[in-house]
Amino acid sequence: MTTTAFSPEAPVLARTRRSFMREIVEDTPGGDPRLEMCIQCGTCGGSCPSGADMEYSPRRIFAMVEADMREEVLKANTFWYCVSCYYCMVRCPQEVHITDIMYTLKRKAIREGYYRESSASDAPDFSETFVDAVLKYGRSFELGLATRYHLRHHPIGAVKMATGMGLEMLRKGRMDLTPRRIKNLGQLQAILREAEDVAREDREQIGGGA
Amino acid sequence: MKYTYYPGCSLERNAGAYHSSTLAVAGPLGMEFQEVDDWNCCGATEFIAVDKMQAYALAARNLSLAEKQSNGNGATMVAPCSACFLNLSKCDAYLVKDAPLAEKVNRALAAGGLHYTPGSVRTRHLLEAMVTDVGFEGVAAQVKRPLYNLKVAPYYGCLIVRPGFLDKFDDEEYPTSLDKLMRTLGANVVDFPMKAHCCGGHMTQISEEVALGLIYRLLKNAADYGADVITTICPMCQLNLDAYQEHVNRYFGTHFKIPILYFTQLMGLAFDMDPLALGFGKEFIDAAPALAKIGVEPPPKPKRERPSKEALPMPMMPEEE
Ligand code: SF4
Ligand code: SF4
Repeated sequence: MTTTAFSPEAPVLARTRRSFMREIVEDTPGGDPRLEMCIQCGTCGGSCPSGADMEYSPRRIFAMVEADMREEVLKANTFWYCVSCYYCMVRCPQEVHITDIMYTLKRKAIREGYYRESSASDAPDFSETFVDAVLKYGRSFELGLATRYHLRHHPIGAVKMATGMGLEMLRKGRMDLTPRRIKNLGQLQAILREAEDVAREDREQIGGGA
Repeated sequence: MKYTYYPGCSLERNAGAYHSSTLAVAGPLGMEFQEVDDWNCCGATEFIAVDKMQAYALAARNLSLAEKQSNGNGATMVAPCSACFLNLSKCDAYLVKDAPLAEKVNRALAAGGLHYTPGSVRTRHLLEAMVTDVGFEGVAAQVKRPLYNLKVAPYYGCLIVRPGFLDKFDDEEYPTSLDKLMRTLGANVVDFPMKAHCCGGHMTQISEEVALGLIYRLLKNAADYGADVITTICPMCQLNLDAYQEHVNRYFGTHFKIPILYFTQLMGLAFDMDPLALGFGKEFIDAAPALAKIGVEPPPKPKRERPSKEALPMPMMPEEE
């Protein structure tokens, strides 16, 4: 899919290296995410439950991608405030895979470190802590992690959390104190290590993947 | 009917009430569940934000295990959690559409001696499987104690109806299957315009302010329409609306007291099952007043020990012990 019917002449720079647009399109799984088909109608932003808290609406972020404003895009809080509700995706007249693109932007912002400069700089830590537990045990450690996460980032909130909600969770048998482990953890870890190698090879071939 | 069952991490603990009530009502409905042996986390909404290839390999291991367990007969895998349902069905749909991705994921699976044939396992959400396979008449046949008088707001959230990677079974923005199921139980279903809006997902961990705003809108909408309870089909939705309801009340100065109950818990009540076996008593917002409306005694409350301030149990990873 290389249609650029709605875009201006590609800038000279894009002819010598992969444009930000191409990078995102190629790093988004599931076939062509149709981002290049965006007609800037604004339906996505208008449908977004966290739209009001985003620095740039999804529509605007896509315009910035088209304009190759790589840094500004990756420093934005837009995709960190995406709650994956898929409203935009089912309403978009061009069937752009918007939610998937938000995830691609999250991965890029983490990999390239830009998230540190965003107003949601704490957000990736929650995802990464979650991922760490799954890598180690095969199952998630949802509420235990939430309590730990609060301790690290919101010490005041954590007191509330630990004495109130966390304790109540324990009392009601809704929270584990330690994570659960799958039986064949070695198998899962071998699979995930190999996945990492495959992804690295990919990146070396095309550059910039996440 | 036989199904492969994928409970997911939430149902093991936080959503234990969903797990036990699902297994309780499955019997009379003729649904037979065989758990995927040694399943792993589906990745929730976090893994794909960190690593694409690992996220797909993680979800695909479950699909591969389900495929293996079905001995090549084409498995139907039921997931009660909307996020698990989304991740597993999406992984399969994208592996079908994106052959290079499927090839790479299979290279990763091979490192663990596994393989997955894209399209061979059909992941379905519990609600959809019940409504389609058992049907409303099949459910009605089991109702012994109709939920007359109970005003129920049916809450769908996002991921069961959107984006719809498999055959669409309900409307993306104004679904009605859960409404019909609740009516089949005899419940008084109230209008709930926000029934397919977002519960905030993991936003409670990112920005509590934004999350509480989203939760508030849902509670207010259900209260405006006079709901006694909100019924849900997803552990994340249940957690956000239940465990954060008092936070919402403090933040917005409101007085909501709406129990958030799994649809399988209400089915179990209508089938005249023991509330304790259905996981009642685990909710933050007490369901007793709602149970009283249909003449059901709540399970006895466990004795409350005074928590010692010094010895607060803190969750930990084993290596920190
Ligand atoms: S709804 Fe679709 S076409 Fe419209 S601005 Fe958003 S992404 Fe572009
Ligand atoms: S999926 Fe994300 S970007 Fe789209 S409407 Fe929902 S929160 Fe907004």
